[in-house]
Amino acid sequence: MGASAQENHGKLLDKKVASVQLKDVEGNRVNTAELGFDGPVIISFWATWCSPCKRELNTIHDVYPDWQDATGVNLVAVSIDDEKTKNSVPMYVNGKGWDYLVLMDPNGDFKRAMGVNNVPHTFLLDTEGNIVYSHNNYAPGDEHELYEELKKLVTK
Amino acid sequence: MKKLAICVFTVTISLAGFGQNKASITGNVESTFQYLNQDSLIGADQPAEKGLLNTYMNVFATYGGFKAGMRFESYLPRIQGYPNRFDGTGIGMRYVGYANDFVDVTVGSFYEQFGSGMALRAYEDRSLGYDSMLDGVRLIVRPTKGVTVKGVYGYQRLSFQSGKIVHSDGIVRGFDGEVNINSLFKKLGDKRLDVTLGGSFVSKYQKDNNEELILPENVGLYGGRADLAYRLKKSRLTLGGEYIIKEQDPSADNGYIYNYGHAALLNFGYTRKGLGVMVSAKSVDNMSYRSDRSKELTDLLINYLPAMNKTHTYNLVASLYPYATQPTGEIAYQAEILYTAKRKSWLGGKYGTSFNLNFSTAYKPLQHTSNINPLDSTGVAYEGRVFDQSDSLLWRDINFNIYKKFTKNLNVRLSYFNITLNNDVAKVTGDAHGYINTNVGVVEIGYKINNKHSLRLEIQGMLINKVQEDVTEIHGSDTTTTSHTLRNDKGNWITGLLEYNISPHWFFSVMDQYNIKGSIQSVAEVAGQPTGVHYYYVSCGYIREATRISVGYGRQREGLFCVGGVCRNVPASNGLTISFTHSF
Repeated sequence: MGASAQENHGKLLDKKVASVQLKDVEGNRVNTAELGFDGPVIISFWATWCSPCKRELNTIHDVYPDWQDATGVNLVAVSIDDEKTKNSVPMYVNGKGWDYLVLMDPNGDFKRAMGVNNVPHTFLLDTEGNIVYSHNNYAPGDEHELYEELKKLVTK
Repeated sequence: MKKLAICVFTVTISLAGFGQNKASITGNVESTFQYLNQDSLIGADQPAEKGLLNTYMNVFATYGGFKAGMRFESYLPRIQGYPNRFDGTGIGMRYVGYANDFVDVTVGSFYEQFGSGMALRAYEDRSLGYDSMLDGVRLIVRPTKGVTVKGVYGYQRLSFQSGKIVHSDGIVRGFDGEVNINSLFKKLGDKRLDVTLGGSFVSKYQKDNNEELILPENVGLYGGRADLAYRLKKSRLTLGGEYIIKEQDPSADNGYIYNYGHAALLNFGYTRKGLGVMVSAKSVDNMSYRSDRSKELTDLLINYLPAMNKTHTYNLVASLYPYATQPTGEIAYQAEILYTAKRKSWLGGKYGTSFNLNFSTAYKPLQHTSNINPLDSTGVAYEGRVFDQSDSLLWRDINFNIYKKFTKNLNVRLSYFNITLNNDVAKVTGDAHGYINTNVGVVEIGYKINNKHSLRLEIQGMLINKVQEDVTEIHGSDTTTTSHTLRNDKGNWITGLLEYNISPHWFFSVMDQYNIKGSIQSVAEVAGQPTGVHYYYVSCGYIREATRISVGYGRQREGLFCVGGVCRNVPASNGLTISFTHSF
C-alpha cells in the first residue's frame, strides 16, 4: 500500500522536507529544506532519553562508512531534546563518536512540521529531496530494511 | 490534449519558480483508546463511560512561501490522567502565514522559544496534555546573515472545552534578538572563537482583579545570553549563559509578594571524538511567570525553567521519584561524562565499551530577611541572591552505566542509580516521610537471534531507605505508642521486562512490576495500602512504515508521569489501551 500510494500522491504533490530554521550541534544555522547534500539523505528524529533511538543510531554508526561508500548517503540526526537535556546532546554525540550532521529541534518545530508523532522516526530522501520511505520504530534488524530502500535509490 | 499538457507544464514551471518548494501537504494523526476496569486492589476506578478516546490530527500545507495549518482535537471523553477540562471535538490550533529568507510572519496559533526558554517558551507536549501555544501574531525578521529578530503578541491557550480553545485572561508580548558576531563581520568568519549574543524582553498584561492589593497590571521580564565556542585541533570547548530578571509579580505561586525574581543558567561543555563532558549550574528565585497570576501547577506558564537532572528511561527510575524544577526557588548543578573506549583496546574489546557517569543536585536558596520588614508597604518578603544556596537538599542523583557489545549478537548494559528526594518540599508521594533515598540496579541484555528476530530483557531492582514512625495502638482504654522501623513510602520494588521484536513489523512485550512485601512493613502498608501487588502489563504492536498500532493490557501504577521535567499525576488504572499513529 505504502509505496504505490505515495507514488500516486507524488504526482499531485511533492512530499518534500519542510523548511524550518534550526541550529546544528555547533550552533550554525541550517535550513532543513536546504541541507546541501548531493546523494540520498536519512533524517532520523531522536532524543538522549530515547533508548531505541540511540540503539538505531549507534547500530547505523557501526556500518555508516560502508553505507556511505556504497550509496553516498548522509545521515541527519535531529535531536528533539528540549532545554532540560539539550546540553547532553554534544556530549553524547561526541562520546559515541558519531559522524552525522546533528540538528537541534528544542521546541519541536521541525518534528511538528514533519508530522512526527513519537521518536524514533526515520525518513529516507532521494537525491531530489523527495521523501520515499519512513519508519516509526526501531527494532534490531530494521536497519536492513532501511538499507534495502537506500540501495533501490542508487540502482534506479 | 497537447494544449492541456502545455498548460500543466507551464503551471508546474511557474509553481517551481515561485518558491523553493512546490505545494506540499503533511500531517499526522494520533488516537488513543482506553477501556478501563474496576480494580479495588490498586484503587483503580472504572469511569462511567467505560471507554475513553483521545484523537488529534494535524494538517500542514505550504505553497511556495505561503503556509497554513490546523489541528483537530477530540476528547470522547479524555483518557485517564489528562487535564479535566478537555472535552468535545474541534479545532485546537490553526494558523496562516508567509515565510521567505527575510521574513516569517504567522497569524493564528504558534509555538516559540526565546533563548533557553527561561524568558518565553510556548510549546506542546501531547503525552502530558500540555499546550501553551500563543494565539496572535508572530513576526521573525532575518535582516542579514547571523541576525534574527522576533516579535510575538498573543493570548495563551489555557484549555479546550466543548471543542473550543479557552484563552488566558492576560495577554503576552515578547521581543527577542540574536546576533552571531562571526557571521556579521566577515573577517571573523573563520576564527577559532565563535560568539553568539542575544537578548529578550517579555511583558504580560492582566487587569488588577484584586480588591485588597494594588497589583501591577503590566509585568516585565528581561535578560540576555551569550554562547561562546572555541575550536581546538581535535576538540571543542563551549560556554553558554543566560540571565533573566522578572519584575514585581505578586501571584498565587509566591503568596502575593512584591519581590523581583531571577533565573541564571550556565553551561560548559568539552568534546572530542570518544569523549563528552558537560557541566551546568542554575539559580532560580521567584521565577514562575504566568499570563494569569491566579493559576497554578502547569497552567499558563509563559516561561520554562529546565530541571537540571538527567531524564531516565528505565521504568522504576523514571516514574517513581522524578524531580521537577521548583519555580519559587532552587539552586542546581549537573555534571555528566560519556567515554567510549576504542575498539580493539584493552577496555574496548572488539566492539568498543561506553562508560557514562552523571551527577545532579538541587538545593533550596537562602532567603535573607535581616534587612527586610515583611510588614512594610513594599511587600518585599525577603532578599534572594544569585547562587546563594541553603543547606536544605531538594534532590541528588548519582548514576552510572557501562555498555558493552560482547559479540555481534549480544550486548549488555549495567546501570546503578542512587537518588535522594526531599518529599517534604518537592512532593511526589503522600506516603513518604522526609527524605526518600533509593538504590536502583538495572541489568539490560539485548540478544539478536538473527537479522529479523531479537530479544531484550530488563531486570530492575529498587531498595528504599528505612524511617522511624510512631505507631499508636489502642487496646480498650490503654493506648501504647511504639516506635517502628518502616520502609519509606511503598517499600521495595522489582521489575522484569521481556521484549521480542520481529523486524520490521512486530513487537511483543511482557512486564511485571512487583511491590515487594518484605519482613519490614512500608509506610504505605501501615497506612492501609496494599503491598505485594503485581503490576503486570502485556503489549504488542504492528508497525508499517509511518503507521503504528499498539495494544496493551494490564495494571498501571498511580504516580507521576513526566516528560522533559514536566509532570502530571496519573491515577492507577487497569484495562486495555489501543493506540494508533500515522504520519503522512
